[in-house]
Amino acid sequence: MNYLASIGSYAIMIKEVFRKPTKWSIMKSLILKEIDELIFGSMGILIFISFFIGGVVAIQTALNITSELIPKNLVGFATRQSIILEFAPTFCSIIMAGKVGSYITSSIGTMRVTEQIDALEVMGVNALNYLVFPKIIALILYPFIIAISMYVGIFGGWFAGVFGGFSTSADFVEGVQLDFIPFHVTYAFIKTLVFAFILATIPSFHGFYMKGGALEVGKAATTSFVWTSVVIIILNYILTQLLLG
Amino acid sequence: MIEVKDVYKSFGDTAILKGISTVFDKGKTNLVIGQSGSGKTVLLKCLLGLFSPDKGTISHDGKIYSQLSPKEQRNLRQDMGMVFQGSALFDSMTVEGNVMFPLEMFTKQSPSEMKDRADFVLKRVNLIDAHKKYPSEISGGMQKRVAIARAIVMNPTYLFCDEPNSGLDPRTAIIIDNLIQEITKEYDITTVVNTHDMNSVMEIGEKIIFLKNGIKEWEGTKDEIFKTDNEAVTSFVYSSELFKKVRKLYIEERD
Repeated sequence: MNYLASIGSYAIMIKEVFRKPTKWSIMKSLILKEIDELIFGSMGILIFISFFIGGVVAIQTALNITSELIPKNLVGFATRQSIILEFAPTFCSIIMAGKVGSYITSSIGTMRVTEQIDALEVMGVNALNYLVFPKIIALILYPFIIAISMYVGIFGGWFAGVFGGFSTSADFVEGVQLDFIPFHVTYAFIKTLVFAFILATIPSFHGFYMKGGALEVGKAATTSFVWTSVVIIILNYILTQLLLG
Repeated sequence: MIEVKDVYKSFGDTAILKGISTVFDKGKTNLVIGQSGSGKTVLLKCLLGLFSPDKGTISHDGKIYSQLSPKEQRNLRQDMGMVFQGSALFDSMTVEGNVMFPLEMFTKQSPSEMKDRADFVLKRVNLIDAHKKYPSEISGGMQKRVAIARAIVMNPTYLFCDEPNSGLDPRTAIIIDNLIQEITKEYDITTVVNTHDMNSVMEIGEKIIFLKNGIKEWEGTKDEIFKTDNEAVTSFVYSSELFKKVRKLYIEERD
């Protein structure tokens, strides 16, 4: 019953987010601030992780090729497929649920604890629109960092494959270009956009409706990470079935 | 003037307000006192329109909040200023940004007009050199003054203060109390202050409402509170030795 009530409250929150918009002159600066915080602030960690995961995928694939019959370009092919189809859109989103999600929950939760949200509501400001809408708009740019993550991940695979002696540059590049299906990138970006909405709204929900003090802010951040990850994993399955199945 | 008529409010099975009726007068500092859990904050949130009463009505100069359209409710909210217990200043904004926030949100003033208005109200609360500081860089007393400045920047008709001097030293608390009273007179505002502080009661209590377990137990002025025989009021107000002595002196002087 509690889960159903939470789903209902979440739906009402989403409706409220799009009601009674904040003045554009204020909203514009809020959106720019969120783009800086959520998008540019996450680029470093995603680039770092993508590079090394790409490298590990390439090494693991190379080490598992034991038969001479398997072409050498499989290392590049497997790296590209893993990075574009799953690692960049899905696992980067799980990482973002930890980084961006806990930031969103704790910042909104702290505003709740310190009565700043009450202050907004008393003034007649639609607090949900003021706090959550700029995050949703900022995260529309999320596919941009996922595109960079794809590029860096494949580059990391090439780097580890070539400099680790697991593949030649030519074989790797041939594998990356082999049987390329452009729709796979479209599929990845569709998933990314759906996950971006989840990343903005579920952590906001946990922060906005939290009750208690500083300890509860920490608990809300943990709960929000768990639920954001669970929803991303479930939606990943559903979207994959719908788009590729 | 705010008129509260037979207001009831419960959360689940717990009844918080049990038929409160009173009038908060215009141009006066109206104090709501009572022990923790007596329903003061819930009453204040009902006055602000953050909670709807289960039964009864609250009218702000004849306008019953629950009967207004959402647009009229928003307009009425803009006529209200609120000073929160913890100040509730926006951490990410400077003192000036906090004070200008309602102006930026709800008026079409130019940036220079808004700045002038913010300067004026900050000067009014005796804050001159703190414009560019962040809330974390100023003292608790200064934060309260910024909160008052933010509450009055839109020229409100109603000012609500939830324990405005909690956590302040007695000297700063008196400064804040006097500031609230001065502003109430100066702008002819209906001010409602929730407080535990008996110094506030003696300093600024032009009209005092005492709540006990969600019921209005007593109502009067700061002079009448010395004379009352209501046991619930006397045991709450004169619980400290200092106030017992103050009351004894008052009675001796009177007799």
